[in-house]
Amino acid sequence: MRHPDTADAGEAGQARHWFLRGVLAAVSIPALILATAFVGFAGLAREAGFSLAEILFMIAVVWALPAKVVLIGAVLAGNALPAVAFAVALSSIRLTPMVVALVPEMRGPRTRPWVLYALSHFVAVTSWVIALETIRGVPRDLRTTYYCGLGLSLVLFNMVVAAVTYLVAGSLPPAVAAGLLLLTPIYFLTSLWGSAREQAGKVAMVAGLALGPVAHMLVPGFDLLAAGFVGGVCAYLWHRFTRQAPA
Amino acid sequence: MTYGAIDAWWWPYLFILVAGWLATDFWRYLGVYLGGKVAEESEAMVLVRCIATALVAAVIASLVVYPGGALADTPLALRIGAMAAGFAAYMLVRRNVLLSIVVTEIVLIGGLAILQR
Repeated sequence: MRHPDTADAGEAGQARHWFLRGVLAAVSIPALILATAFVGFAGLAREAGFSLAEILFMIAVVWALPAKVVLIGAVLAGNALPAVAFAVALSSIRLTPMVVALVPEMRGPRTRPWVLYALSHFVAVTSWVIALETIRGVPRDLRTTYYCGLGLSLVLFNMVVAAVTYLVAGSLPPAVAAGLLLLTPIYFLTSLWGSAREQAGKVAMVAGLALGPVAHMLVPGFDLLAAGFVGGVCAYLWHRFTRQAPA
Repeated sequence: MTYGAIDAWWWPYLFILVAGWLATDFWRYLGVYLGGKVAEESEAMVLVRCIATALVAAVIASLVVYPGGALADTPLALRIGAMAAGFAAYMLVRRNVLLSIVVTEIVLIGGLAILQR
């Protein structure tokens, strides 16, 4: 990978070692919870009419679960491509500061930019949290290798989870099939609450929950965008208002 | 221009590429490009997080209130009750996500079993 003339057996062995350490770092409680979420995601995507190949393609090219769930939600609501793309983009702006936080930790003196662009694709909540917790213990010039092992194994493992779910989903008893479709909502209800950094995030969540069904009736076709915008801006105004109140 | 609008094998993939890949990796690549120039703590990021959270919350509520498939055949009150029970378990027991999932599923599936008697 780097300087073939100096890459002796020891260096290649080191790279392999840290790649595997990255793979092992994916075996964790957050990763188990993520796999549960992918079970729910696969059931939901299948119900929305996506084929198995399309679901695996979506996991490979999108990866971040909130973006995929917004994508499916918008497709289910019958939104047109521009509205769907806009909703997914709005839900994913937060990926930028996550990448910004991770890149300085990951970059070594000899890291090429294209490696960072390629690896940034693996950034989503779970791999990002695991990486920020563990990457400091990795030798700097092998951190990209480590993150590649972590990100790639999470993506591939969850593709398998989604495929197995897709294949058995059709033969489940009705009550279990119903339970499968409730996995995604409860996963995001709790994980959104847990990941809210400021009180405003919780206000935004409650506003979004209330506005989603209302917007579904009032502005079909733009319901998610409308609920996201109105709920998000209200929560932000609440944030500004309550912060300035004591002064 | 909806997901089901064009009856060709490549359309769903193009749809996923534009609405999924482009709409997510654009932000990741921007993060690499910007390097250290965006602060997580900035006011603009609070607004961005609020909108993203409200958007995903709106999807959650729609999935519970207007579900498809087998979930559509269940009573709305039971779906909301199962979600509320799962969230209560999450808040009461050390913010445990796995537990909240288990509680939600037990309430939903158990509730359906009782209703069918």
